[in-house]
Amino acid sequence: MSEHAPAAAEETVDFSDYRGVWVYIQQRDGVAGPAGWQLLGQAVGMAKQLDTEVGAVVVGHNVRHLAEEAIAYGADVVYLVDHPVLTKYRTQPYAEAVAEVCRRRKPEIVLFGSTNDGRDLAGAVATILKTGLTADGTMLSVEPETRILHASRPDFGGKLMSTILCKRHRPQMATCRPGVFEALPPDHSRKGRIEVEPFELAEDAITTKVIDFIPEEKHVDLASAKAIVAGGRGLGGPQGFELLQELADALGAAMGASRVAVNAGWVSYEHQVGQTGQTVRPKLYVAVGISGQIQHQVGMQDADVIVAINRDPNAPIFKMATYGIVGDLFEIVPALTRQAQALRARQQAGAAAPAATAPAAVGSNGTS
Amino acid sequence: MHIVVTIKQVPDTSEVRIDPKTNTMIRGGVPSIINPDDRHAIEAAVRLKEQFGGRVSIVSMGPPQAIAALKEAISLGADDAVLMSDRGFAAADTLATSYVVWGAITKLNEEEPVDLVIAGKQAIDGDTGQVPPGVAMRLGWPQLTYVRNIQEVDPERRTIRVERLADGGIEVLEARLPAVVTVGREINEPRYASLPQLLRAARYQPRVWDRKDLGLDDQQIGLRGSPTIVAKVWAPQRRQRPPVVMIDASRDVDAAAAELLDHLVEDGVLDWAPAPVRAAD
Repeated sequence: MSEHAPAAAEETVDFSDYRGVWVYIQQRDGVAGPAGWQLLGQAVGMAKQLDTEVGAVVVGHNVRHLAEEAIAYGADVVYLVDHPVLTKYRTQPYAEAVAEVCRRRKPEIVLFGSTNDGRDLAGAVATILKTGLTADGTMLSVEPETRILHASRPDFGGKLMSTILCKRHRPQMATCRPGVFEALPPDHSRKGRIEVEPFELAEDAITTKVIDFIPEEKHVDLASAKAIVAGGRGLGGPQGFELLQELADALGAAMGASRVAVNAGWVSYEHQVGQTGQTVRPKLYVAVGISGQIQHQVGMQDADVIVAINRDPNAPIFKMATYGIVGDLFEIVPALTRQAQALRARQQAGAAAPAATAPAAVGSNGTS
Repeated sequence: MHIVVTIKQVPDTSEVRIDPKTNTMIRGGVPSIINPDDRHAIEAAVRLKEQFGGRVSIVSMGPPQAIAALKEAISLGADDAVLMSDRGFAAADTLATSYVVWGAITKLNEEEPVDLVIAGKQAIDGDTGQVPPGVAMRLGWPQLTYVRNIQEVDPERRTIRVERLADGGIEVLEARLPAVVTVGREINEPRYASLPQLLRAARYQPRVWDRKDLGLDDQQIGLRGSPTIVAKVWAPQRRQRPPVVMIDASRDVDAAAAELLDHLVEDGVLDWAPAPVRAAD
């Protein structure tokens, strides 16, 4: 039976004409999202191991400035496809543009952010190129001898990791979770090449039209937030989240939520942290009324400092927390809000005059 | 209208346990369900049928036991169902799966022209969301992914207008029919099966098509047709963290809150409250 056929994976195929680690730079209206820059940061290290170039693919109309930005973020060469039919993102023309550049230039690896648009595009491109695509990678590495990409991703709600390889096809493609990899600080003195790629497609050959775009009123940017206050089942309802918002404001934090709270309709989906939401890596993560199931943990386990506030002393969140408070969140959260507001007031006063009178709780070892 | 809904039978991942010694899924006792997003796809299709008339066909690839998922889809309002089942389909990745699904839709399209394909945006056992774009690209039909609302279907003009959850906002897209749409839980609230539908589902026997029925190329199915392989499955290493510092709030919550903030300032995790500079000892 074919499923027991000798593994064709052992055949050796010569891919020596495929070189370069590429990143697709997702943009809307000439503004790139963070995922592309983050993946360039990762691509720089992998390309160095493979002794090859870092490529960036920029697709759109009037987007040359993004090609220059990509060089600042680590690209050695940018493949720029600039055409009026590419003014707005649409799957078909974008997929054809990316696939055409891949066929012509033969990269060995192509990475996309696993955003909605990134997944939409990558799935189409991989099908055109009939190559392998790993979804939602959170760890990437390359084997220098075989030049094979090891793309690892969480499975079964993060209980396991799977490492996926694409041995017999090129390019090796993966979408990667935003917020997991770190962008390099942009260096505008970096030098790189911009290759303008030919592309022709008539508007009437495109079967989709963008009628309208309604930007999110308030974009919740959890992926790049430095501090997040997140609420779960313990908040009991939307009023709990109003209380939590006050704490978030006092701490200068973004607001996150567990899946339970989102499913209950207490807060909208863009706040969701975890396996089916966003992966975050803030300096501070305050988990309020969140028990800390594995599906939530995979989304926030890379926070530097985790504070757990929960009524149940046996909640799993305390096993990973840096600081824990057991008790009634409806008492603790307002107290924390009050104290944070007081601290902020002292900070502002302290900025004007040295805080000689700072209470012991803030500067026991002498602030200046 | 002829609407095809692609569904997948999946293990209920919230019930999945992992054997810590072998790093494999313990299958025993794990219920199989229709992938949650696919339920919303079925509901969206049935609502369009109620509006315009026509037929909802379900297709699914899987082992013979996936017939249970197809029968359940019938109970939710679908008219007919096909299971693509063949030992040669085993171990398919998303590229090989999209080839088989493409084959089934192509065959259904020959029986009665298909106007619309609706799929769940992703399956909970793999979370890839890659099969519907693969199917759309193979069919050469426009793909509309992450759709939260179908605003309008115009059978005369042969167009569909949808609201799509794009990055940074909502996109209103219009596409030519036939098209492939993917949906998640935002789009609707699936209904429960009615008693007559349950009775019909109990009697219903889906058609089963294998690779010969579909006329598929052996090189493009199953393991052989899959460019990706799972090289290893492993338990993630958790970041080593020091033991938790518990703060007692049982007597004075404000003192506990102040103590916590003191730690956070000391750790330098509040950008607006920089850690104090320690005087040299």
